[in-house]
Amino acid sequence: MIPTREQMNAALTERHGKFLQEKFESASVAVCGLGGLGSNVALALARAGVGHLHLIDFDRVDISNLNRQQYFPDQLGSFKTEALSETLRRVAPYITLTAETVKLTEENIPSLLSPYDIICEAFDKADQKAMLVNCVLEKLPQKYLVSASGMAGLGSSNSIVTRRISKRFWLCGDGKSDVADGLGLISARVAICAAHEANMILRIISGEYEA
Amino acid sequence: MVKINGTMQDAAGKTIAQLVEEGGYQPTRVAVELNEEIVPKAGYSDTVVKDGDSVEIVGFVGGG
Repeated sequence: MIPTREQMNAALTERHGKFLQEKFESASVAVCGLGGLGSNVALALARAGVGHLHLIDFDRVDISNLNRQQYFPDQLGSFKTEALSETLRRVAPYITLTAETVKLTEENIPSLLSPYDIICEAFDKADQKAMLVNCVLEKLPQKYLVSASGMAGLGSSNSIVTRRISKRFWLCGDGKSDVADGLGLISARVAICAAHEANMILRIISGEYEA
Repeated sequence: MVKINGTMQDAAGKTIAQLVEEGGYQPTRVAVELNEEIVPKAGYSDTVVKDGDSVEIVGFVGGG
C-alpha cells in the first residue's frame, strides 16, 4: 500500500515546514534534457516535493546511459520521458508530471517552455546548451534559468560550483571539464553537478537567489 | 576599462564578436551578457563595449 497524498504531504511538511513545502508544491520546473544531469535533477526535485515537473527529451534509453543516468536495464529502448516518469511516480505518486518527447529548437522553445516558472538546462552537447540558454534569456526573460557546464571526468568534487551570472541565470559546474577531453562522464561527478542545479532550483523556489 | 569575466581589461571600443574571438571561444558555444543583459547572437558584430561595462562570456563545454 502506498501512502495517501495527505500522508506524503504531512511527511514532507514535517521535514520542510509548511511555508517551504507550500512553495515547493506550487512550483513548476521544466527539465530540458533527461541524461546524467536531468534525470538526477528531476529525482531530487520530486523527492523534495516539487509539485509539477515538465520533462523534455527526444531520446530513448541506451545501454551507454546506465553508467550515470537514472534508468534501469529493463528500460532500454524506452523513451527517456516515459522511463523517467515511471520512476518519478514511484518516488512521488502524487506529483504532476507532464512530458514532451521532442527536440527543443529556437523555434519551439518559447511556446514549449513558457508555462514553467523555472527552466533547468540539462543538455549534453555544448552548442545545444548555448542555444537553449541564449534562447531563454532572449525570448523568455522573465524565467529563472539554471544551467550546467563542466562536470566530466574524476576531477575534484570541490571544483564544481554554482555561480550567479545575472539576475535570473545561474551556472553550475567547473566550467571547463569537457566530455571530449578525457574520461567522459562518470556517475558521481555528474550527480554532484546535477545536485548543484537541483539545490539552486529549490533555493530559487524558496525565494533565495544568491548562489 | 571593461570588466570581462571578472577581470579588468583595456577593451573599450571592441565588439562582442572580437571579445569572443580573442577569448578563444567558439561563437556557437557561448552566451554573452553585457551589464547583465543577454546580447543576441545577431548583435555580436555591432555591439561595442565602453569603459565601465561589465561583460560575462559563458563558454559551454560538453557533458550532461
